[in-house]
Order: sequence, then structure tokens, then C-alpha cells
Amino acid sequence: MPVVDLASASIRELNQSLHDLGSDTNETHWKVLNPRGAHAIAAGLQVPVTVEIDGHVGYYCAGMNKQAKVVISGNAGVGLAENMMSGEVRVLGDASQAAGATGHGGLLVIEGNAAARCGISMKGIDIVVKGSVGHMSAFMAQAGSLVVLGDAGESLGDSIYEARLYVRGTPKSLGADCIEKPMTGHHKAKLRARLDAAGIGGEVDVSEFRRYGSARTLYNFHVDNVDAY
Amino acid sequence: MCGIVGLFLKDMSLQPELGAMTAGMLATMCDRGPDSAGFAVYGAGEQGRMKLTLRGPAGTDFYAIEGRIGAATGGDMKIEVRDTHAVLSIPERALADVRAVLADTHPEIDVVSFGKRVEIYKEVGRPDRVAERFGLASMTGTHAIGHTRMATESAVTTDGAQPFSTGADQCLVHNGSLSNHNLLRRALRREGVEFETENDSEVAAGYLTWRIREGARLGDALDGALGDLDGFFTFVVGTEAGFGVLRDPIACKPAVMAETDKYVAFGSEFRALADLPGIEAARVWEPEPAHPYFWEHA
Repeated sequence: MPVVDLASASIRELNQSLHDLGSDTNETHWKVLNPRGAHAIAAGLQVPVTVEIDGHVGYYCAGMNKQAKVVISGNAGVGLAENMMSGEVRVLGDASQAAGATGHGGLLVIEGNAAARCGISMKGIDIVVKGSVGHMSAFMAQAGSLVVLGDAGESLGDSIYEARLYVRGTPKSLGADCIEKPMTGHHKAKLRARLDAAGIGGEVDVSEFRRYGSARTLYNFHVDNVDAY
Repeated sequence: MCGIVGLFLKDMSLQPELGAMTAGMLATMCDRGPDSAGFAVYGAGEQGRMKLTLRGPAGTDFYAIEGRIGAATGGDMKIEVRDTHAVLSIPERALADVRAVLADTHPEIDVVSFGKRVEIYKEVGRPDRVAERFGLASMTGTHAIGHTRMATESAVTTDGAQPFSTGADQCLVHNGSLSNHNLLRRALRREGVEFETENDSEVAAGYLTWRIREGARLGDALDGALGDLDGFFTFVVGTEAGFGVLRDPIACKPAVMAETDKYVAFGSEFRALADLPGIEAARVWEPEPAHPYFWEHA
């Protein structure tokens, strides 16, 4: 297993080595030591390898990830797995603001808490947070799902389009055009699948969750609002 | 952008290391704020005495002013010069006289801080070099706060460098910008709070000074700031015995904290904390928006 110690190697050397891997590489399991909060660790991966990072990481870790699995045994800074396309990113601690921002696909699992704006402008990513999420999470969310086992901060799902939000605890408030929606058998099955994918299906009862989504009243201009312009 | 660091010791045996730990944290934040830097160190105090940190233009001969000011203290004055700054130790009762003589005879010299324990140093330049010029690494104390500035809305001058101190043993560093500082500054001036600059961060410091003067504890003063200050901010503040952290409700400005049984540490990013002893086992978390955090020595 290749081991890269960031106490001696640079981030550029690490990321270049990972970017140089072909899809048929035999070096499928990497370990990164001494991340020390550095930025952009394991960003831009494109092949199905596993990268384990031993410690806390800084901004934009595993950004733009495609196919790879990145596991962080610590906390993550701003913009974890931003614009992820596919694959899996898992942080064993907390994630700072804007985790999973603009993500198109793949699975992001946050075992601790996520700070503000988790899943902002998400476009198809599935995010599972075992703790709570901060304010303005799923702001302008377009597609995908955000599953929160704890509570959600103020203005959950503000200006949301079509993403599905499942919260087991209590949202402090719902944002503009975000409403509670019925939890049908179909949704319970979808939620079960997300939890199973995150590896916590057995621990959690899906009937404890409530579902939130778009009221779809902001989709089109409404003539009654003309005085506002 | 700006960078902030702060360190509050719980284990007093670490006091000799405070300066070195803070210098390391500050150096890591150079790339968040390469324009200027400053730091406040809460060191040893002496019963019945006050410390004044003075800042003069490059080349100021602080020993030359000793005669006039020394007379105001009845000859009971000690002076320690560090680069462009000097720390005077004077009897507490002589504070007003010394400040009056200074303002009268040496208008070119600024009083950066006063108090029983605090010393504040700030200059233009790369933060690691600023720390080196003042010998931060060899300083000792119970808590320290540092700032690295990337100037966005006012010039790169020492006046714009932080921390700001508007009351005895008080200081504040700020990452962000306030939008109601002019209104608030006028209101606070009417309350007798003095300001040296037109800087928004100094107003935040003055606001806390006013609240504490009116009897609020640090935590209550921070709570009041949430309602009265409009804008973006992450603050780290120091008092003689206390250390506090506050983020605005929007929380755009980054903040990471770490706590062990030996210290509480603050950094704009985790990188600033990565070299602290025992950080591997520390509780590391992001302070909640609109939630005052503070610690005080008994």
C-alpha cells in the first residue's frame, strides 16, 4: 500500500501521484499521514482507489471526486467533497461549512456534525450526516438527498428545487419554499437504501424521520408579486 | 481574509511556552494575512503597578523620554524596549499623569495598551517576521491572542493592525467587517469610550469595553454584541483573566477550536493548531454561530 507522509511530501506531490493513476492501476489503496489541516488533499481523483487520511484535513478535501473512496479519520475543513461527481467520501469526525456543496453524485457520509450550508446547491449527491447540520443547509438544493440523524439549523432547504431532505431530529426552521411532505413507503425505502449505503441501516428506524422538500411556489414568476419589483 | 489565533492556558506549567506556541500558530497564518500582524500577551503583573505598551516611529529613542515621564512617576518607572515598542511599568496611581505627559510631550508615540498584565505589539510586515522582531517566542504568560491582516478596506498601516485595546487589560481581534460601526462609534463616544482610529474592529473592542465597564461579565458582553453589532465577524477577545470567542449568526468567517486539559486554542484554520502539544488527543470543534464561548481564570 503506498503511504504518503505529508510531513515530508508536498500536497502537490501527493495529488499528482493520485492524478497519474490509470483506471487499471494496482495501487488501489493509499494512506496519507500527517495531513495537519492542509488544503485540497486528495482533490480531483478520477479512478476507483481508496485513500485513507489519518488526521484532520483543511479546505476542499476530496473536491470534485470521481469514483474514488476517501476516508478521513478526523475533522474536515470548509468545502469537503465539493462538487463531487461519484464515489464515496467519509469523514469520521465533523465537517465544516459547505460540505458536499454543488455535488452531482456519489455518497458523502459525515459521522459527526456538519456546520452551516451543508449540501448547498446540491445537484444529485447523497449526503448522510449522523450528527446535526448547521443553518442554511440544502440551500438551493436541486437534486439528491440529505439525510440528517440529528437536528437541522435555521432555514433548512431555503429556495429548494427538487432534492429530498430527511431529518430525524428537529429543524430549527424551514427556509423559503421548503415544506414538510408525507413520508410514504416509497420514501422509506429510498431512505433505507441511503442509510444502508452509509453502513448504518441496521441502527436506525426510518419511521422516525420526517421528509422535507420544495413547495414549488418559486419556480415561476407569480403576477401577484409584481409590486415587489 | 485575515487570520486569528488565540491560546488560553489551563495548565500554568505551560506559561514559559506560551510565546513560542503563539509564535508558531501566528506563523502558520501568514498566508491568510501577510500585510501586518499583532499580538497581545497576558504576562506577569506586579501588585499596584500598571504596564503601558507604547509604539513609536522607527528609530524612537524610548530611553530619552524616560526623564520627563519618570518625573510623573516619582522616579519609579521601569522600561523595556522591544523594537518599535516599549513597555513601561509604573505605579498604578501615576497612570493618568503619565498618559497626560506622554500626550503632551510625545504626540508621535501611541499608547497601544495599558493594564496590569497585557502587552500588545503590532507592526506592518509578514507576521512571522513581526513576531521575531518583538521576540514573541520568548514571552511568557497565561493567554495570548494574535492577528494576521490581509487589508481589504483600509490602508496597510500599523494603525489598522490588530489587536485593538480600548480598556485596561482588554483586547480584541476581528476577522470580518462591521456595517454599523460609525453609528455605534458615535454612541460609544457619548458614553466616554475613546477611539484612536476609524477602524470598524476598534468599535467592536470599544463596545465590549463599554459593556464590561457597565458591569457585564465577558460572556454577557459577547451576548450583547450579537444584538448590537451588524456585520460579519469572528472575534477573539482577552481580558485580564478571561478569553472569549464569538461568531456572528451567518458565520462566514472560519473558526476552529481545540481543548485539552492543558489549554484552549483558537485558529482561523486547523493548520494553526496542528503543532500544539497533545493536539492529536484534543477535542477539536467548530464554534457554533451566535454562541458566546468564554473561559476565565479564577
